[in-house]
Amino acid sequence: MISSRLFPQQWLLAAALTFAAVFSGCGKNSPNASSAPASRTLLNVSYDPTREFYSEYNKAFATHWHKQSGETVEIRQSHGGSGKQARSVIDGLPADVVTLALSLDIDEIAGRSKLLPADWANRLPNQSAPYTSTIVFLVRKGNPKAIKDWNDLGKPGIQVITPNPKTGGGARWNYLAAWAWAEQAFAKDETKIRAFMAQLIKNVPVWDSGARGATTTFVQREIGDVLLTWENEAFLALKEFGADKFEIVTPSISILAQPSVALLDENTRKKGNEAVATEYLAYLFSAEGQHLAARHFFRPVNPEHAAPEDMERFRPIQTVTIDGAFGGWAKAQQTHFADDGTFDRLKGN
Amino acid sequence: MKTPSRSVQDPLWAQTLLIGAAVSFLGLFLLVPLASIFVEAFRKGIAVYFSALTEDNARAAIVLTLTVAAIAVPFNALFGVAASWAIAKFQFKGKSLLLALIDLPFAVSPVVSGLVYVLLFGAKGVFGPWLKAHDIHIIFAVPGMVLATIFVTFPFVARELIPLMQAQGSDEEYAALSLGASGWQTFRRVTLPNIKWALFYGIILCNARAMGEFGAVSVVSGHIRGETNTLPLHVEVLYNEYNFAAAFACASMLSLLGLLTLCLKTLIEWRAGLRRHNH
Repeated sequence: MISSRLFPQQWLLAAALTFAAVFSGCGKNSPNASSAPASRTLLNVSYDPTREFYSEYNKAFATHWHKQSGETVEIRQSHGGSGKQARSVIDGLPADVVTLALSLDIDEIAGRSKLLPADWANRLPNQSAPYTSTIVFLVRKGNPKAIKDWNDLGKPGIQVITPNPKTGGGARWNYLAAWAWAEQAFAKDETKIRAFMAQLIKNVPVWDSGARGATTTFVQREIGDVLLTWENEAFLALKEFGADKFEIVTPSISILAQPSVALLDENTRKKGNEAVATEYLAYLFSAEGQHLAARHFFRPVNPEHAAPEDMERFRPIQTVTIDGAFGGWAKAQQTHFADDGTFDRLKGN
Repeated sequence: MKTPSRSVQDPLWAQTLLIGAAVSFLGLFLLVPLASIFVEAFRKGIAVYFSALTEDNARAAIVLTLTVAAIAVPFNALFGVAASWAIAKFQFKGKSLLLALIDLPFAVSPVVSGLVYVLLFGAKGVFGPWLKAHDIHIIFAVPGMVLATIFVTFPFVARELIPLMQAQGSDEEYAALSLGASGWQTFRRVTLPNIKWALFYGIILCNARAMGEFGAVSVVSGHIRGETNTLPLHVEVLYNEYNFAAAFACASMLSLLGLLTLCLKTLIEWRAGLRRHNH
């Protein structure tokens, strides 16, 4: 057989390739262990809707840091569902800073690892929340179903798109915002609140698992009359898909979302990134950080730094906080979203 | 001469119906989705298509995907040959256990495969504290992704080889040995040539899966852009950013890799056929 004579050469080639691959792989990993890198790399672990904001903020910060210290810094991003990202950090994702949707997720990191102290929120202004957001409605152009406020979402024949609060962090805000409105509208009459919530739940044709999935359902697949979503997501959808197709409705009352940021002391110490990571978070509260946040549809905590045309887009809205209206996240979670909580019971009916 | 098969005698309408059904099924479930990937990818023009593929994060994703496959596939090829050689040619205790273990990655969900590595090597995992003390990064770094890929693509080569080697039996090896060949010579000159096409086929399948794996790799990746995102993960990221043209551009890249492996396989088989004809 001729072919058998050829084959050993191919085999040797394959073996050589294996070794080359293994060694090149090792070479890739070894810099982790070696001393100070030529340029610094910072890892920011964040949640889904901040992609566009941080990709611009990172460029601005790199310029700022270079001016201040002469160092070149490259910022890497990881995005995903806020709860999942917190879990990854606990499992060892070497984040220098976390910029997550809920303070609860950062509390979870502090509680389950020794990466940062329990009082992390006091280290930066405004409980470490450099920008806020709230839940608004996105409706189709011209608002054909005349949706003005929360009570319209409970009317028969209205299809409401919101992700599943059991799986998506953002969806819990939606649910609690509706609950907060009902509590005021029905003067804390528990039966009426529950009747309204049950009606609203009945109007949801599909439960997506996360916020971006729900947006895609509403915007791309054109299902539903109204999408409950973050204000910044709603504005982003207008920008990406055209203001001629959708409009934003601001309800009479909504919930104040305070996405929080924190430094992971142990990780930054290990990488020698304390100074740059501290400045990275502090700079979020600076004039430029606040300006960029507003441009990317987050409500800045220091609005005087934002461009007036960016601020004009935000309509005034009465907001309640999780702590004020629901006694904090832990309690809200237990009452509403735990197994057999209000969501499960109302959905079952 | 072959006897005419039954289908030839079937009435024309039956043949047309059956062939038509098969072709439209293939078209509907394979060709249309495949074509739609390319249509979507080029929707915003060729410039957008190529900039989506040459952008930094996409390039890093392509390099990472190739690196992971370049480590995982040779490893699994070596393991596959060794395991099927042992299983098909020798009798030993625990053989059925080994067979069951080889099939394990087929049986468990890729998400579970990924989580296993997080539980082992994560900061809270069994080896977590030790790895941390020695500053070794496995999870959320390239080694973890390679491990997960190796695990998921474990059975492909072995599963191709075992039935073939069992069918071939050990007669030729016995003949070689009785004529004075050493064990290594027997393996190299008798066994390997006999299994080479099955081996190629296994490697090709293994490679396709290694490059396309999503679930297990997603769990251990950490999704750091430009660093631990493979091509399939990058597609998801782009899709979630409403960047549909770029997402489909990268998806078309994956499809091309798939088509390329298929072409490669056909070409190899065709040339092998020619060679056999000439001698």
